[in-house]
Amino acid sequence: MIAFNLNGQPVTTEAEPDTPLLWVIRDEFKLKGTKFGCGIARCGACTVHLGGTAVRSCSIPVAAAAGNDITTIEGLAPGNDHPLQRAWIAEQVPACGYCQSGQIMTAASFLANNADPSDAEIVEAMDANLCRCMSYIRIKRAIKSAARILREEA
Amino acid sequence: MMNPIKHAPVDLSRRGFLIGTVGGGLLMGFGAVLPSGCAREELAAKNFAPTVWFELSSTGDILINIAKAEMGQHVGTALARIVADELGANWADVRINHVDSDSKWGYMVTGGSWSVFTSFTQLSQAGAAGRVTLIDAGAALLGVAADGCVARDSQVIAGDNSIAFAEIVQRGAIDRSFTADELGALPVKTPEQRDLIGKPTPQLDIPAKSTGQAEYGLDAELPGMVYARPVLPPTRYGCVVNSVDDAAATGIAGYLGYEVLSDRSETCQGWVVTYAESFVAASRAADALQVDWTAGPAVTVSEDDILAEGRALVARDDSGALLVNDGDVAQARNDAARVHEATYTTATALHFQLEPVNALAEFDGQTWHLHAGNQWQSLILPTLAKALEVAESQVVIHQYYLGGGFGRRLVGDYMVPAALLAKALGKPVKLVFTREDDTRFDCVRSPSVQRLRASFDGDKQLTGVEHAAAAGWPTLANAPGFMIDGLDDSGKIDTFSISGADHWYTLPNHRVRAINNPVAQGAFLPGWLRAVGPGWVGWAVESFMDELAAEAGVDPIEFRLNLLDAAGKNAGNAPESVGGAARLANVLRTVRDSSDWKDPLPVSEARGVAICHGQERTMPTWTGCVAHVAVDATSGEVTVKRLSLAIDCGTVVNPDGAQAQAESAALWGLSLALHENTRIVDGQVADRNLDTYTPLRMSSLPAIDVTFIDSTEFPVGMGEPPLIVVAPAIGNAVYRAIGARVRDLPIRPAQVREAMIST
Repeated sequence: MIAFNLNGQPVTTEAEPDTPLLWVIRDEFKLKGTKFGCGIARCGACTVHLGGTAVRSCSIPVAAAAGNDITTIEGLAPGNDHPLQRAWIAEQVPACGYCQSGQIMTAASFLANNADPSDAEIVEAMDANLCRCMSYIRIKRAIKSAARILREEA
Repeated sequence: MMNPIKHAPVDLSRRGFLIGTVGGGLLMGFGAVLPSGCAREELAAKNFAPTVWFELSSTGDILINIAKAEMGQHVGTALARIVADELGANWADVRINHVDSDSKWGYMVTGGSWSVFTSFTQLSQAGAAGRVTLIDAGAALLGVAADGCVARDSQVIAGDNSIAFAEIVQRGAIDRSFTADELGALPVKTPEQRDLIGKPTPQLDIPAKSTGQAEYGLDAELPGMVYARPVLPPTRYGCVVNSVDDAAATGIAGYLGYEVLSDRSETCQGWVVTYAESFVAASRAADALQVDWTAGPAVTVSEDDILAEGRALVARDDSGALLVNDGDVAQARNDAARVHEATYTTATALHFQLEPVNALAEFDGQTWHLHAGNQWQSLILPTLAKALEVAESQVVIHQYYLGGGFGRRLVGDYMVPAALLAKALGKPVKLVFTREDDTRFDCVRSPSVQRLRASFDGDKQLTGVEHAAAAGWPTLANAPGFMIDGLDDSGKIDTFSISGADHWYTLPNHRVRAINNPVAQGAFLPGWLRAVGPGWVGWAVESFMDELAAEAGVDPIEFRLNLLDAAGKNAGNAPESVGGAARLANVLRTVRDSSDWKDPLPVSEARGVAICHGQERTMPTWTGCVAHVAVDATSGEVTVKRLSLAIDCGTVVNPDGAQAQAESAALWGLSLALHENTRIVDGQVADRNLDTYTPLRMSSLPAIDVTFIDSTEFPVGMGEPPLIVVAPAIGNAVYRAIGARVRDLPIRPAQVREAMIST
């Protein structure tokens, strides 16, 4: 049995320890906002936070979550109103939307450590997240706008 | 051009538009007009067969049903605003619903950049019928004459008096029908009268996609379902399973078993499927299974074999079928003072929609339910029925958000194995392809080979162009009924694979041959990939046009403008192509200005241009692009610094949606031009995941500016056209930067280095 906190709630799973965390989150705990894209940690659609840091849940075993805090898109902010989510809507970022949970979770972890990023820093932080609809222009714009909101609200 | 919607139109001859009070709400939809003339009876019995159906509740909510797939284009917002504008609705009252594949919705396909184009007239007329009905009913309730009333903000207004739509619905017993003729005669708003069309608005699907709440096919579940993963055979066609050994899988916790699929629809030829209590167990079991196959004949086919066949085919004068045959190109060549010839290729490309294909299948004792995001339900329904050995009426496809479409989900093949296993097991099955499974059996964009030959007279005037294009044909493989006849009994043509060769340049002699490449056709299932044929045809047409401009010693924009005289067949037709080639010339001049075409650039940097008419001559989206590139003369690496686009798509229904589509399609064009390709090796896709398949990332993002031409002409499609122009604009810019001509997509540094050496 593996115990961890999922979006602030203590949970336990009987899944095999080497089961990718992604499938435990999605199929056992029914949090479907975290997506399966490539399965090899190269697209970022499955990004969640482990202890506040963005990780690719398709490629880490559920055992790595033991005793840790896991946060998914559903638990990012009360009422789904994280500044990034507000910015995503204001800047009309998503197209098909499938990658966007992962984009937002990657960006949230990044902004938590860099409140005023340059364009180059945003690109560096986000380059490993693929958007097949190529909404990159809007993602970039929304991260800058969310950073502004975060600074104002700090 | 053949378009499934035009081909299978809603037959309005026996139907009318019905509006009736039903169950406390007001329903509006196309249905059979009963001899009794009672619309309410028909609507109450749900005997309507609309592509349009909407309803007003007694509390004022307006629900507009959308029969198009939402895959990133915000189509529901665009279509609903067309209805709501005519209706006089307050946009805040409007909700949308994406419907299942019940036959009442009519023919269901989302592709070809058709949605707004093919729906606009019908949605406008339906909205107008609703408005007229509400005004008549509201005027009666207000005790005023209807002709003094207007509908706005979900109210019928007569001077200082008004009545809300909700109250009309509550108080009215409306029962009305409009014949097709009456519908056609209804007044629709002029552009100046519109409140919603052309105005910016937030897209209705975006909040759910920003919070993880949007439900995709992969997210669908049913009680009692098992998880499954396919074990794919060595080739798409002709494989036979000889034996299966699952000894190595039996130790996997949750593994339940495997099934060798027997498929009457012949979609799954030699497929095995593992199933388990979890997807991880099913997936690991699939990896552990030892399957012995007799492979299909394509198991030795490689990308080079396909290209070699293509080269041989385009070199023969008698191959393929004729799409265009104006004048006499052979005579023009005989008379020529000078000829120019070039051959262009494109490599195999993947859809790589981020949500791998998947489906959930269940039989409820009467009906088969398939839960899957899909673009062409009407195409896969007969296949599913055949595979399951049931009537088509016993199969329903339930729609979800699509984690990317791009044409991949026009082909619903991935639903078949889920359905077959559910039938074999007698329980619901959720079948998921891993990313590698998805790419291995993607319906890829076929490699293509094109040869163009031009003739010039003694005054350097272009006298003729002959164009031959060979590729695997998606329409032949998936929907052969939609092929058209070539000219002069020359055979069938997949128009989707040659569209764009019938361009709007006026040429005295012009001949186009569309050629199917049988080696490609036999090796894999060719697919419709975003922009389809124009995606490779435009590469050749516009690169060659630039070569001809160079041959003639004329600026590439001036050279094109001289050929865009809008004469003869290029004058355009009402309503979709009013103005013809003159509008293409206009976007070309516009993008010349917006791109700073003539401003000087540093050494090894240059701008290149390309234009296109989008997906079809009968639905032209007039598009121009200038790419500003920098070429590293040592490494051969090409960097795109800026893309400028000018687009005339007629009336822009949903401005920010159109802007987003332009950005997305242009960046797809860039990705296919420089960043992504695979190749066929041993009958299969070689690059199966992002370790070696490398679509554009944020770090390669250029500056982009898009200029939409202000227009009130008929709206046309936006999902694909901006893709087409980007690759040739880049290739043409490379030539202007370093004097080396690249003719193969994608443009990799090695090709640029070779082109520099041979220049």
